[in-house]
Amino acid sequence: MATETAIEKREGQVVQPERTRGGPTYRPNVDIIEKDDELLLLADLPGARADSIDIDYERGELSIYARIEPRQSPKAIYLLREYGVGDFHRTFRVGEAIDVNRIEAEVKNGVLTLHLPKVEAARPKKIKVSGS
Amino acid sequence: MLARWNYPLEAFEELRREMDNLFGSLGRGFDRLPLFGPRGFPALNLWEDGNHLYAEAEVPGLNMQDLEVHVVGNELTIKGRRPGLDGKNLTYHRRERGVGEFTRFLTLPVEVNQDRVEAVLKDGVLTITMPKAESAKARKITVRSQ
Repeated sequence: MATETAIEKREGQVVQPERTRGGPTYRPNVDIIEKDDELLLLADLPGARADSIDIDYERGELSIYARIEPRQSPKAIYLLREYGVGDFHRTFRVGEAIDVNRIEAEVKNGVLTLHLPKVEAARPKKIKVSGS
Repeated sequence: MLARWNYPLEAFEELRREMDNLFGSLGRGFDRLPLFGPRGFPALNLWEDGNHLYAEAEVPGLNMQDLEVHVVGNELTIKGRRPGLDGKNLTYHRRERGVGEFTRFLTLPVEVNQDRVEAVLKDGVLTITMPKAESAKARKITVRSQ
């Protein structure tokens, strides 16, 4: 069953965003950490650089896609093959407590760090107690 | 009754032994921390061409100083440590990335020239290039006719 997207719809034909790249896609491991004023998302994307990572936010969904170039020739003679090399992709739902306009991303040594700042109202606050 | 309880565990042990045997002389590393999972970390790929053996491992987040690569005889060792985030007030909602120390041993199928082994770390990918020892290279033998 084809899923419709908001991107394109011709009569009688539903167009999905097509992947023009062949090869496998892998789901990266992530850590999600909550701090006082932000959520931190760390994703293992070995082989990815800043210019090969696409991060999109649309209607509450954050999508991470990293293009990874093959590192071995397709004719390589493997003696041991414990993992495959391919693109990474994963999506997350982002709640309303995140200020999406201030999301920042950086990548270093193949690890993507996404800073998802909380909106003011969601931050823990110290409430002063006035008393007699 | 006791015998029937043990049966499923026995079957699992046998399967595990069979899987270990499948890898033959290629050993698995020990994980110090269960967080890295029951499989060895890092996962390794090993391939060859006429003159070289290549090993590659995905070690995202590591710098060169977090890693040690040794080749002794035909045994390759990759040791390292992936630090966790420091700081207090950290609440994990999801934790899939392992932290801690790891060691992988690999018995190489051919001898390599350990003085000319090179290791490169780029974007979390470690690539080790090992020139095969002269005796291990394939040689084309010319056939002369009488």
